[in-house]
Amino acid sequence: MIITSCRNINVDDRDENLAFAVNVKVMAIYSLYILNKAGTLIFQNDYVGSVEKLSHNAYISLGSMFHGLHAIASNLSPTGSSSGIETIETEAFKLQCFQTHTGMKFYTISDPNHPNLDEILHNIYELYTDYVLKNPFYELEMSIRCDLFDDKLNRLLKGTTAD
Amino acid sequence: MASNINKNAVNIVDRPLPKGKTEINLSSFAFLFSEIIQYSQDRIKAGHELEKKLSDIGFLVGTRVLELLVFREKNPKRETKLLGILSFIHSNVWKALFGKQADSLEKSTEADDECKKTTTTNSTYMISDANMIVNKYISLPKSLSSLNCASFVAGIVEGILSSAEFPARVTAHNVAVEGKRFTKTVILIKFNAEALVGR
Repeated sequence: MIITSCRNINVDDRDENLAFAVNVKVMAIYSLYILNKAGTLIFQNDYVGSVEKLSHNAYISLGSMFHGLHAIASNLSPTGSSSGIETIETEAFKLQCFQTHTGMKFYTISDPNHPNLDEILHNIYELYTDYVLKNPFYELEMSIRCDLFDDKLNRLLKGTTAD
Repeated sequence: MASNINKNAVNIVDRPLPKGKTEINLSSFAFLFSEIIQYSQDRIKAGHELEKKLSDIGFLVGTRVLELLVFREKNPKRETKLLGILSFIHSNVWKALFGKQADSLEKSTEADDECKKTTTTNSTYMISDANMIVNKYISLPKSLSSLNCASFVAGIVEGILSSAEFPARVTAHNVAVEGKRFTKTVILIKFNAEALVGR
């Protein structure tokens, strides 16, 4: 009865390389938002010091507003069903959203020229499934407070090792 | 057709015990362990009872693990020495369960109060592991920061020691490591007086 951890060790290595690559190009991810399937904000964090901090309630309304816009966008499609907003691009930032099959939304606010947001969002989803869903003290649909998840996200998005 | 099914359908208890390595997916284990903890949490009144509950479940695993590992050994023998059984746990058991040896096995240098009182020799040992696989995905909430889910592993160790006739109290603790953000796990083994007689 050996429990293997090989797969996860590889994933960790890849995360670090990826975070390193991001760091070199200075294509920062400013913040990350996670919405549950009802559109409630369950996680928000900024990864660049220069981002202006808002009140806790402001983040929650921003999250719900995005959820609403996403729903409207998917209904506005003239050609059948649409999966909703995937990216919003402006001169100053780019918002990229990844919706899971369970209806959760992960979206990042980043530098407009960031090259591989799809991959990063997928990696964030993987971290969520590992360090949040397998944590017995996390209640589904509630806000995420897991030290290990925070640590792994910091490694991925900032390229820091907070050991 | 019918005879074919009968031929292949061997009752699970009639199958031979596999001799070699059998690996289990870490995710499957993590979900099962997570459910065990949530199940236990619903059935306790105070926080410290959770450790007891996990330890009790581990105890049942431990008694079976000892039998299995001794059965699989090439030259099985009964371990009668204290250090023998401890190093068996530190290397063989850890390897069989987690795929690697524990980080270290030490004798506690601090003579605790109980030992001073009874003037017996110090009988506390520690097995430490910085990356306990059972805790890989577990982040503790602030209200339960002293809990260590490796109590389950402590229970396994207690089960092994108890069925090998070395009665002991085994507990799991979080110990801060200098320069590291996350704590390491120390399994504290305190042998009962009768385990030390004549040894």
